[in-house]
Amino acid sequence: MTLSLLGTSTIAVPHIDYSAIGPELVMIVGALVLLTVAALVGKNLARRFSTLFTVLVGVVSLLASLKIWFNVTGAHHVAFSAVDGAVVDDGFSAVILMLVSIAVIFVGASSEGYLSGQSIRSPEFSVLMMLSASGAMLMGSANDLIVMFLGLEIMSIALYVLAGSDLRKNKSGEAALKYFILGGFSSAIFLYGIALVYGSTGSTNLAGIAQFLATTLIIHQGVLLAGLGLMIVGFAFKVGLVPFHTWAPDVYQGSPTPATSFMAAVAKAGGFAGFLRVVFSTMGTLKLDWEPIIWVLAVITLVVGSIMAIVQRDIKRMLAYSSISHAGFILVGLVAATASGIAGSLYYLFAYLFMVVGSFTIVGAIGGSDDLEDYRGLIYTRPFLATGLGVLLLAQSGIPFTTGFWAKFEVVSAAVDAHSYAIALIAMVSAVIGAFFYLRVVVFMVTAKTKAQVSDSVGEEQDVSVGAQLVPSSGVEGGLVGGGPEYGGDPTYSLAVPSESGRSDEVDTDLDDSGVPERIPVGFGVGLVVSLCVGFTVLFGLWASPIVDLATKAKLVP
Amino acid sequence: MLHSLAYIPGFALAGFVIVLLVGSRLGDPKAGWVATLAIAGSFVCSVLTFSGLMGRTSTGRSYVETLFTWIPVGSLHVTVSLLADPLSITMALFVTGVSTLIHLYAIGYMKRDRDFSKFFLYFNLFVFSMLMLVLSDNFVLTFLGWEGVGACSYFLISYFFERPSAATAGKFAFIVNRIGDFGFLMAMFLLFDHTRTLSYQGVFSKTAPPSCPSGPGGTLGHCVAQLSSGTLEAVCLLLFLGAVGKSAQLPLSLWLADAMEGPTPVSALIHAATMVTAGVYLMARVSPLLHLAPVASWVIAIVGVTTAFVAATIGTSQDDIKKVLAYSTVSQLGYMMLGVGSGAYVAAIFLMVTHAFYKALLFLGSGSVIHAMGDEQDIKKMGGLRRYMPITSVTFIIGWLSIAGVPPFSGFWSKGDVLDGAYTKSPILWAVGAVTAILTAYYMGREVYLVFFGEPRFKEVALNHGGDASTGHGHGGEPHEPTWHMWVPLVVLAFLAVVAGLLNLPFTSGLGYLEHWLTPVFGTTHLALSTSAKWLLAGSDAVLALAGVAIAWSIWRRAWDRPELEPNFLRSSWGLYKVYEYLVSKPAQAFANFAQATVETRIIDGTVNATGGLVAWTGLRLRKLQSGYVRNYALAIALGMAGVLIYLVVRAG
Repeated sequence: MTLSLLGTSTIAVPHIDYSAIGPELVMIVGALVLLTVAALVGKNLARRFSTLFTVLVGVVSLLASLKIWFNVTGAHHVAFSAVDGAVVDDGFSAVILMLVSIAVIFVGASSEGYLSGQSIRSPEFSVLMMLSASGAMLMGSANDLIVMFLGLEIMSIALYVLAGSDLRKNKSGEAALKYFILGGFSSAIFLYGIALVYGSTGSTNLAGIAQFLATTLIIHQGVLLAGLGLMIVGFAFKVGLVPFHTWAPDVYQGSPTPATSFMAAVAKAGGFAGFLRVVFSTMGTLKLDWEPIIWVLAVITLVVGSIMAIVQRDIKRMLAYSSISHAGFILVGLVAATASGIAGSLYYLFAYLFMVVGSFTIVGAIGGSDDLEDYRGLIYTRPFLATGLGVLLLAQSGIPFTTGFWAKFEVVSAAVDAHSYAIALIAMVSAVIGAFFYLRVVVFMVTAKTKAQVSDSVGEEQDVSVGAQLVPSSGVEGGLVGGGPEYGGDPTYSLAVPSESGRSDEVDTDLDDSGVPERIPVGFGVGLVVSLCVGFTVLFGLWASPIVDLATKAKLVP
Repeated sequence: MLHSLAYIPGFALAGFVIVLLVGSRLGDPKAGWVATLAIAGSFVCSVLTFSGLMGRTSTGRSYVETLFTWIPVGSLHVTVSLLADPLSITMALFVTGVSTLIHLYAIGYMKRDRDFSKFFLYFNLFVFSMLMLVLSDNFVLTFLGWEGVGACSYFLISYFFERPSAATAGKFAFIVNRIGDFGFLMAMFLLFDHTRTLSYQGVFSKTAPPSCPSGPGGTLGHCVAQLSSGTLEAVCLLLFLGAVGKSAQLPLSLWLADAMEGPTPVSALIHAATMVTAGVYLMARVSPLLHLAPVASWVIAIVGVTTAFVAATIGTSQDDIKKVLAYSTVSQLGYMMLGVGSGAYVAAIFLMVTHAFYKALLFLGSGSVIHAMGDEQDIKKMGGLRRYMPITSVTFIIGWLSIAGVPPFSGFWSKGDVLDGAYTKSPILWAVGAVTAILTAYYMGREVYLVFFGEPRFKEVALNHGGDASTGHGHGGEPHEPTWHMWVPLVVLAFLAVVAGLLNLPFTSGLGYLEHWLTPVFGTTHLALSTSAKWLLAGSDAVLALAGVAIAWSIWRRAWDRPELEPNFLRSSWGLYKVYEYLVSKPAQAFANFAQATVETRIIDGTVNATGGLVAWTGLRLRKLQSGYVRNYALAIALGMAGVLIYLVVRAG
């Protein structure tokens, strides 16, 4: 009797398939190793070592993710769950793993210059980034609500600290505190949702819940639906859906730019991974219940995100609202609630990652006060960064021949195929509103009061001049600028290209001092990451089929 | 060797990219050399692909290389795939060959131009687009190339964009071509609607069951067309509308004359040898459709021969050395369309190739003259240049005799074939074509005599106008031959203009190389002409050509100012500009004024400003909610959560 009791109370360690959680392990081990090395070496550890090490860890993790991808989409096509059903490796999770790895590589490679400039020398930034990434990965491949919550917390707590990592700036600390308080609030809501779902289904395992819902008719659904609703609120907070988005602008603006970039890419990837998996795959049978909620969230997110972006003067805040609007678009794929809708959302995440990391990397490299006014005439002083930012912003607005276009096209066409015409229409209208604030930045970058002088003096030395000459008529710019001030008709707040003479004079004197505007060199890491992001966005915008195929192949396990 | 196919456009693209990235750093003349070598590489690849096709039996001479899927949308799958068959490779060979020579010429011609590398940038992009146009295996990619050459044409016509006339000419060409593009697009929509495919093979297979031999003639008449004949007629007419725009047929011809505002190498390459023949190529490419559309064929033949005649009459009265050549090009394109409309596709392609040689030669020769005269283009202010420019004048005269159709120059054989085809269609078509042949020999003879013979008139001109000739290009003194970059292409093209007739001699069937080569594409064509009729027609062609030459000789040998032979009606292009102005330009202007005054300010601006104002107003109100206080944010979350929960609880009942 005693013996048998002892026997049952032994903790049964499940078989752990380490290769199934390879990328997560690589990230965690990488973080621990870097932390240990830093502790041993002390303050002498070069920032460059952390950078290289982070990139290396990211690459190894990317390779491990690719291995999983080929395992689950290869000739045998088997998605499998591992570690006693706690995680699942399917095409969808493999893509999320890849995305998070790529984000680590890109932010790791490009952040060195910014961090050194802000005197953030310690390796903790890299350590936290890797830890946060492991959490996002865990969210992507979780097959159990407890594991998903674990992933969410690992990701979030590291992000709170990252947001506050610029110790010398009050804004950074404020961002961290706001993010932490509201994040804790939403985590509690999420956890309560898990509890309610467990209470009504008797399982935290996603496959188990789906099995239960498919085979059982629940007469009183109140508890289950409340649980689902609370979980949706938790996810909606993480991915920044209106009205749970309020933290995003303040946090995006206050955090050090590399942290913003990482947050925008990874929190969205991890959050949406869990969101799509739980709502679409696990709770698919409750589609009629959750679809109206998702519909309303998507619509207000699209509209509010676009409209609020228009009135921003700070580029990081503007990009925060733009990323809220992107979240609305990704949600349109879930409103369609079809396989092609989910593939569209995944494609959108893929395209979004490159666009947003590239954009924030450039914003970080440009530095300054992040006021849009500082971007005036940027094309003449920093042609490479301005051109890159221009391309990425145009891509975000959905200009054809970029991945941004295909992303919007995929989700909207999935919605149309699912006969959700209203939301398709709203999405397209909000894309039109969005085009305005993206183009406004581009207009800022190519105009300066002294434009005529600048183009004369710089002339052929500019890399961009050839591209500009491909379009012989330059009337477009003039038209936009000329038509600007009347727009909106609000005397106190002019929407397009506000011209404060003081600012413009600054541009004037900058140019006059040196004759030719000074071109500030771009660091190798930043240059590489920007080139990769722009290259990806344009190349796969022209040649859409590989990534579309990838997203289509990346199925959620049913 | 067929695998070099993708490298044909690849080299041109590589040249474009290199010049784009480092062109301004390479400068003059290195950028030009890079561009020229790139196109030469394309030419070598064309030759390799050609020999690869030669290695196959004539029925197997069709090779498709699919590079990647470009547009996968619903049931529309457009691939980027290239087709090597006798027709496309013939086009690729002469396009790359002539382009290489003209690129070389341009190195000399564009010397010391401010935007030297930009010129070659556009030039390479043009050749790339043109190669995509001819090598594509589907309508969509052809259309891409079609638009690409149109865009390059626009850039290059407006190359000297500081000159208002050049900017206007570019816009004119661009807008007129949009009309043609509309036809092309409509034709594609119609085809896709009926056949669900846009690849050439796919569309053609819908015209005849697979068992039927494709191509005109043979047993094709017995096959049942799957596309209704009405659809086929509509498709062919719409495609022809595209061809009318691109190949400057009536009534859309005038843009080509204005396009002469571009630098002369541009006129030679784009507006004579290659791009403007794209319309003819397109019609030849869809010959399996056209063969089943008799009405469209008649329309094409009539429009073609009318264009040939009208343009030739205008050509007799122009004073600008390049405008004469421009109208001559329009006229020759009309001949090609006549050939296509008469079912004589081989003759049309034959004329296209030989025309590319002699017309490029004539344009380059005129460029050489313009260069020597210090940018003077009025032939009334030239004369006697043969003493100063022996190479240019000899090669130019070869070009003249060739275009006039004097045996044994290449034009005689190719134009003869077209006229034979026209004769079998209808003797009336032949008669108009024959009169045009006299005019051709005459107006080109007028130009040759005015430029190269007689007394030099430019010295007086130089005196009257403050020494234009002597200040031109800073050489001073007398006109002289250009650098070798420029005269070598002249000599090569002159040689080709003389011997190109060998491609397709009519004496025995064994000598018709081009005919045999193109048989897999066009099928065998049997001209319903007896041998004696052929000889009679050939004889009359020769007589007509010589007659034109003789008339030109007798009139223009001594005189240079004969206003009664240059009526204003012809000088002003049959009043077509006026027609455009009153039929299109004025009404459009009136409508635009109305739109600007009423629609734009009241309706559009009103709506836009109201919408913008609303959005901005909403944004500013919403901004108040973003207070910065965590408690307010938490409240928003709580309210949102409450909304979700209330909905769900109500729903759950």
